[in-house]
Amino acid sequence: MALQVDETLPSAAALERGYDPELERIEIELLLEGIYRNYGFDFRSYAYASIRRRLWKRIEAEGLRTVSELQARVLHEPQLMEKLLLDLSINVTAMFRDPSFYRAFRQHVVPTLRTYPFIRLWHAGCATGEEVYSMAILLQEEGLYDRSRIYATDINEVVLQRAKEGIFPLDRMQEYTENYIAAGGKRAFSDYYLAKYGGALFDASLTKNVVFSLHNLVTDHSFAEFNVILCRNVLIYFDKNLQAKVHGLFYDSLAMFGVLVLGSKESMRFSPHEEMYEQLNGPEKIFRKAR
Amino acid sequence: MSEIGLVVVGSSWGGLNALSRLFAAMPEEFGVPIVVVQHRSRHADNLLASLLQDVTPLRVVDVEDKEPLEAHSVYVAPANYHLLVEKGHLSLTTDPLVRFSRPSIDVTFTSAGDAYRSATVGVVLTGANDDGSRGLRYIVDRGGRAIVQDPATAESITMPAAAVKAVPEAEVLKLEDIAPKLVAIASSTVSRAQQKAG
Repeated sequence: MALQVDETLPSAAALERGYDPELERIEIELLLEGIYRNYGFDFRSYAYASIRRRLWKRIEAEGLRTVSELQARVLHEPQLMEKLLLDLSINVTAMFRDPSFYRAFRQHVVPTLRTYPFIRLWHAGCATGEEVYSMAILLQEEGLYDRSRIYATDINEVVLQRAKEGIFPLDRMQEYTENYIAAGGKRAFSDYYLAKYGGALFDASLTKNVVFSLHNLVTDHSFAEFNVILCRNVLIYFDKNLQAKVHGLFYDSLAMFGVLVLGSKESMRFSPHEEMYEQLNGPEKIFRKAR
Repeated sequence: MSEIGLVVVGSSWGGLNALSRLFAAMPEEFGVPIVVVQHRSRHADNLLASLLQDVTPLRVVDVEDKEPLEAHSVYVAPANYHLLVEKGHLSLTTDPLVRFSRPSIDVTFTSAGDAYRSATVGVVLTGANDDGSRGLRYIVDRGGRAIVQDPATAESITMPAAAVKAVPEAEVLKLEDIAPKLVAIASSTVSRAQQKAG
């Protein structure tokens, strides 16, 4: 049975039934605590408004009426947990999202990277990999790819598998081509993919030096020292305390003068690590570890 | 009448002009934070914020994630993100477009209604689609207030007309009457707070 899920106001029907928002908050906290203790996935410090939207989409898709009903089913049915994990962990992205960032990266970060014999990059929260392929293309064009290794991590095995496959929807190629050109791309974007399997299959050379691996930013530790950490539009799903904790992880994982890249509307202003970094001039969120 | 804690304004086609006129008329002492969601291209930069800053005495903020909500400030939703209101601050998401829009007015209004409930004032201005009407309905269902620009005075009538249809109890005002109305609501809030303090 396909249920109609209200994409705009997934909780509107519940409100109409007189759902008490205080009770709802308690139920959501209990659900997230249960998921953590039973499955080990820690969503307890995710930003409330957005996790609430995502939970209600799943509640409606399953034809349920309360958060508690979802809790009962999620705790007893691992298959439903898998679905919910996808709902909660996918961060929507695009190839060469915010083209001006890639331009700035070419201009201000690449010259430093050229001086390194070996470059380690970490794409934290890579989701389905669009930005990993974008960075691989950039590094290839700058002649740096062969001495680079990109660690692309995500909490979710399903999206990592999709990232490895490197097949992206054909209907987005026009948007991505525009982005690629605006990002300072040096070739024809279509050189990088073949229309195949009903999608755009990206060139295998792009993932030659990419290691895809499970990593949970909330519960796992640092695993290497990096020259570049990219984590764009992932921390926005976390609350301020969790953001601060993950900033600690990034700081510990960066080499001195290493570069941390955040999304264009993310800020270090509200982080205790702000003074450990210098922000590159301009509007892009490129920070260099300075102390 | 409950005290207000947040004003959310949604606009689309014709919004730049309407927002400029609305904020030019807002006084410096207006103490309630105002969040603005204006539809625009995903490539748009922070031009909207600087245009508004040129005409208003309030502080205009181009929102970044976890931006705290403060008095005397106008918060402009960035292009290509949804803006969610939490109690005391704003969060951004890159979730999929909702009804072809990101930012979506409905999404922001809904989260405002959840976070500020009866202390929310939703304002729908000119626009050529029906975004905002469902969010405005939600705000009113949470006990908040609704103001809609009189469709007859709007550059594009579709959005305010849809809002009036979804929320018949909304106050329908000419554009030039909206700023004074917001001031009146907010000052009744302040005087009540002062009475309490006294």
